[in-house]
Amino acid sequence: MYKKQLVRNDEVAKMMSFISYLLNGLSLGSVYAIIALGYTMVYGIAKMLNFAHGDILMVGGYTAFIAFNSLGLPIPVAILVSMVVCTLLGITIEKIAYKPLRQANSLSVLITAIGVSYLLQNLAQLIFSANPKSFSSFVPLKPVKLAGGQLTISGETIVTIVTCIIIVAGLVTFINKTKAGQAMLAVSEDKGAATLMGVDVNGTISLTFAIGSALAAIGGILLCSAYPTLTPTTGAMPGIKAFVAAVLGGIGSIPGAFVGGIILGVLENLAKAYISSKLSDAIVFSVLIIVLLVKPTGILGKKIMEKV
Amino acid sequence: MKKILSVVLAGAMAASLASCGSSGSKPAATAAAGDTASSDGAAADAGSASGDLTWKIGAQGPLTGGAAVYGTAVINGAKIAIDEINEAGGINGYKVEYQTADDEHDQEKAINAYNSLKDWGMQILIGPTTSAPTIAVASEAVNDNMFLLTPSGSAVDCTATANAYRVCFSDPAQGAKSAQYIGEHKLATKVAILYDSSDVYSSGIYEAFVAEAANQGIEIVDTEQFTADSKTDFSTQLQKMQASGAELAFLPFYYTEAALVLTQANTMGFEPVFFGVDGMDGILDVENFDKSLAEGLMLLTPFAADADDEATVNFVTKYKEAFGDTPIQFAADAYDAAYIIKAAVEAANLTPDKSVDEIGTALEEQMKTVSYDGITGSGMTWNENGDVDKEPKAVVIKDGAYVSAE
Repeated sequence: MYKKQLVRNDEVAKMMSFISYLLNGLSLGSVYAIIALGYTMVYGIAKMLNFAHGDILMVGGYTAFIAFNSLGLPIPVAILVSMVVCTLLGITIEKIAYKPLRQANSLSVLITAIGVSYLLQNLAQLIFSANPKSFSSFVPLKPVKLAGGQLTISGETIVTIVTCIIIVAGLVTFINKTKAGQAMLAVSEDKGAATLMGVDVNGTISLTFAIGSALAAIGGILLCSAYPTLTPTTGAMPGIKAFVAAVLGGIGSIPGAFVGGIILGVLENLAKAYISSKLSDAIVFSVLIIVLLVKPTGILGKKIMEKV
Repeated sequence: MKKILSVVLAGAMAASLASCGSSGSKPAATAAAGDTASSDGAAADAGSASGDLTWKIGAQGPLTGGAAVYGTAVINGAKIAIDEINEAGGINGYKVEYQTADDEHDQEKAINAYNSLKDWGMQILIGPTTSAPTIAVASEAVNDNMFLLTPSGSAVDCTATANAYRVCFSDPAQGAKSAQYIGEHKLATKVAILYDSSDVYSSGIYEAFVAEAANQGIEIVDTEQFTADSKTDFSTQLQKMQASGAELAFLPFYYTEAALVLTQANTMGFEPVFFGVDGMDGILDVENFDKSLAEGLMLLTPFAADADDEATVNFVTKYKEAFGDTPIQFAADAYDAAYIIKAAVEAANLTPDKSVDEIGTALEEQMKTVSYDGITGSGMTWNENGDVDKEPKAVVIKDGAYVSAE
């Protein structure tokens, strides 16, 4: 009887740690998804890979850090400031670095994007130095303890997952229900035809960059709240992982970015937990290769590929 | 050819000193000077002029470029020691002249820096500062049999040649010392390790730790890794470490990642003893870092600027006065290096009129028997490989500051 109880306790503990690994994965995956949305939208509209996206996220993190820690602004204002700065930065980068290359081949734009990425990283290093800064969490929630303390869910995990779902739902609604959203769809379908139909293509592309960059700011704040060390390269690796998530889900597809991000985050954490923390990246990328071999357009790529 | 050159240089040096000499008091020096400078008639008389003989000690390290902070620290740290030594009457009764050179953390430039110091007449080298230049210079300097004591070249190969010794621990030694410290002080028997498998420093320490842990009765209950590509989310690794029932978590990596690890461990209520190595030094300086998270964190570091022993306080105060900075471990290593050279030279009863080769041979022999208590460790002794054996100092963070763990 007593022994049975012990066995059950052991099973409960295993179950609890599995749920906990899963939640960690969902949280990380949600951050990937939010960043991946920026990649996927820009790709869908402008047909370019904006490799500077991860670094805009880093700028968002630093802006929020300064607004909150140095200027002492309240959290909602700091988030807003960070979003505005990133939006302006995104539009500026698009106008200066990408717009002149709109007719150039995609390789030139790709290289330019990588250049912008390094520029932002090195500027940040110049301004903020390479020393890490510790980000204070923007999530005031206390960790939730369940099952007699066996399962702890941090406030950041909950907020990240919820925010991600809200953003995806909001974006899908925006694109399907508003005029600007329909214009985005049109531009992604056929730029030439959209122009003929009176759609402001340049304006639409700017709007896409603005939305993507604002999302990067939110992603940056969530990333730094959950994983609170801020350095000039903070955005680099999550940026690349998010790009992978976008490709895995089907680049150009908004639900695809969401699905890809979540799968990537969960896989990464479960691989760490049950196979090997050393090989987790190798496992994740092997899965990516297999998925792409079977379905080259990504998981949700086929149905709504090349759309927003 | 080089040896002849150095003998000639030594002779020329002795001669130049002789020109402004006065009557000396050390007969032993006279005989030695006669040997080295036999080609120069004037030098034979120079021996009697020991009052004006000086030691020429060089130091080198990167003073510009990305690693400048380390070279600057070494050169400043040694400067403070040499000023103190000169105030107290010099080494074995002779004052010390000090010259520095910049090697930009580059192997080619390190050789150039070494050669320019040699041209100046250097007899003993404190340096180089970083590992790759140390390896390069040591294998060049062995041809001159120039004695060199690197304060901070930690790669194993830095002391591969007979003429090279070091003040700091080698990378593997830190791992072994950590295991010994944990075992001897009975901090824990169940240990979980998290390390950066993509970094030589971190994995080197890890391997040596594991090898020594078995001898110390330490059970390694869990080993987790991360890589340079995924060092954001440590929650899964930490959770497994927590589930393994570890009493102590060994974290042999740099403080940037450690700040994240401590924050995430705190969120999930994982509270073992956290134990780090010298890369952890600096965690309290992370801007906006919640210092309470590091409360109770132990680290095995040869030097803590906040330590309250008299020698450290003296060094830190002087360093701050002179350079306006809090000294880092590299500065302390260099400070000790100068005093170790003093101890070895005096034990061997050497005088500055000896040739580089003679000084080198004597010091290489002497280093094996020297024992020195410094600010980066007490009871330092050296083996024939040039590696130091010293009692590492463990510090623990209490109320947001380093305190000695003893």
